Amino acid sequence: MPAMIEVFALVGVFTVPLLWAALAFLLGPGRGAWLAISGSIVQLFLALILARNVLADGPASHATGGWGAPLGIDLYADGLTAAMLLLTQVVALPIFVYARSYFATGSPAARHFWPLAGFLVAGMNALYLANDIFNLYVTLEIVGLAAVALIAAGGAATQVAAALRYLFAALLGSGAYLLGVALIYGTYGSVSIATLTPLIDATAPRAVSIAALLMFAGLMLKSALFPFHFWLPAAHGDAPAPVSALLSALVVKAAIYLCLRLWLGPFAPLVQVGAWVPGLLGAGAILWGSAMAIRTPRLKLLVAYSTVAQLGYLFLAFPLLTPGAAVLGAVTLQAIAHGLAKAAMFAAAGIIIHSTGRDTVAEVAGVAERLPLTLFAFALAGVSLMGLPPSGGFLAKWLLLDAALNSGHWAIVAVIIAGGLLAAVYVFRVVRLAFLNLPKELVEDQKHAGRPVPRTLEWMAFGLAAASVLLGLFSFQLLQLIAVGNLP
Amino acid sequence: MSSEMIFAVTGVLLFAIGAAGTILLAEPLRRVLAFNIMGSGACVVLVSLAQRNGIADPVPQAMVLTGIVVAVAATGVALALARRLNRLTGDGGSGAGAGHD
Repeated sequence: MPAMIEVFALVGVFTVPLLWAALAFLLGPGRGAWLAISGSIVQLFLALILARNVLADGPASHATGGWGAPLGIDLYADGLTAAMLLLTQVVALPIFVYARSYFATGSPAARHFWPLAGFLVAGMNALYLANDIFNLYVTLEIVGLAAVALIAAGGAATQVAAALRYLFAALLGSGAYLLGVALIYGTYGSVSIATLTPLIDATAPRAVSIAALLMFAGLMLKSALFPFHFWLPAAHGDAPAPVSALLSALVVKAAIYLCLRLWLGPFAPLVQVGAWVPGLLGAGAILWGSAMAIRTPRLKLLVAYSTVAQLGYLFLAFPLLTPGAAVLGAVTLQAIAHGLAKAAMFAAAGIIIHSTGRDTVAEVAGVAERLPLTLFAFALAGVSLMGLPPSGGFLAKWLLLDAALNSGHWAIVAVIIAGGLLAAVYVFRVVRLAFLNLPKELVEDQKHAGRPVPRTLEWMAFGLAAASVLLGLFSFQLLQLIAVGNLP
Repeated sequence: MSSEMIFAVTGVLLFAIGAAGTILLAEPLRRVLAFNIMGSGACVVLVSLAQRNGIADPVPQAMVLTGIVVAVAATGVALALARRLNRLTGDGGSGAGAGHD
């Protein structure tokens, strides 16, 4: 019975992580790695079933517990949802295998990693399936609180300070979003996206425009769009490597996904007036993020600033985004390619830092000899970020360029090309150094270097990087999937 | 001005005061209080705008209840982090007299 399997996949994809997170918490500090890994395999399987069904039969939906829209919670999955669910599980599984080896040395962050990671994944999966703006608020808060706790779990002063800063930014963002929800409900008496979309048109009352403004501003703060990115480098740069990978690859995408949904759905008639605003901020993010990545002395901060820049591409495309426009495929593909590449890059950075004992770009020197596979993973991920063929990043940026050229947006074309070149500068900054010998003044510091690295860590980083590059070869089906329910 | 509009305007004012505090204040404890005022403001707007002709709508009341649970959870996390930061750095910015606990 295919319908029954579909319901299992829809409900299971967020209840399974909820279940193993709770069990891991009961098992006690530092335990539950195998639960998480086996749970993630089940989730990946469910996400694949859902994607196959959506591709074959169109969007899937389910009224939880038999209670329909106004009172109950509807789950809804179209192609975009299925693609984001796939990304989440495909990144989370190798990162969990990585984290198990990474934390085996007894890091303090390992104590609460597994339950928090489970709640994080459950929150994200539920967010992608939510179909009303209030339920989206709740899932956004679950994701935010789990992410804050994961950053602070290491317990060091810098981590706690970064977590607190992130928490206040996140709360401000979701507060603005909630006020927007209140104005929408006050005007239309509904929070269901399906109900609201036909109701809102260009003649909507002023309160609705204010609500849209509040909700987008809140979400941009949460997705670290320039100049609201101030909390991201510290939060992603100071967290333990597996946490940084989850945050940079997945968590910021949840807020951007929500922007996309609102932009193309209920607020589509209102946003065309201000469509250039996210485009302009996205361009600023690409240039500023890349410039900071080129200058920073710390390796993980370099990767974190690269996230600021790469997220800029997603917003750069917003002026081209209208309901039914093919550029949605390009944006989603960029989100997926960046997710895989950035998880690989943070995983590789974590290995390098584990081996050298220092989080500096300068001390990457000589790594090529000691950790060739890790450096290869870092470089492959860089290939996708720069947008070289045949990577997923190349195809995404190519489709964006194509759309910008066709609509005559020359400024966007220029920024995309400049962003690719700047990415090459910061990626080669690391890769070039890795092949050099360590400068004499650092040799003394590095006597302890060359700590053995578990092979599992290296293979997981390499696997994610390879997936990001190979994505370009298998993107036809993915683009087909994203189109389901969104594109003609 | 009808009573629901008075409530809604009050809610917006509370939200603005709380948001300003969350952005401008430096001490974590005060920022936690400010964030709670902001959240309460949003909830007041949600409940007050949803009543029609003086008859309350139960759906937003359920939503506000959920919102309160979320705010309590967030407040708990924020307080735990502020306390930890205070203990680690000694000054944490959480105000005088919060030294030892």
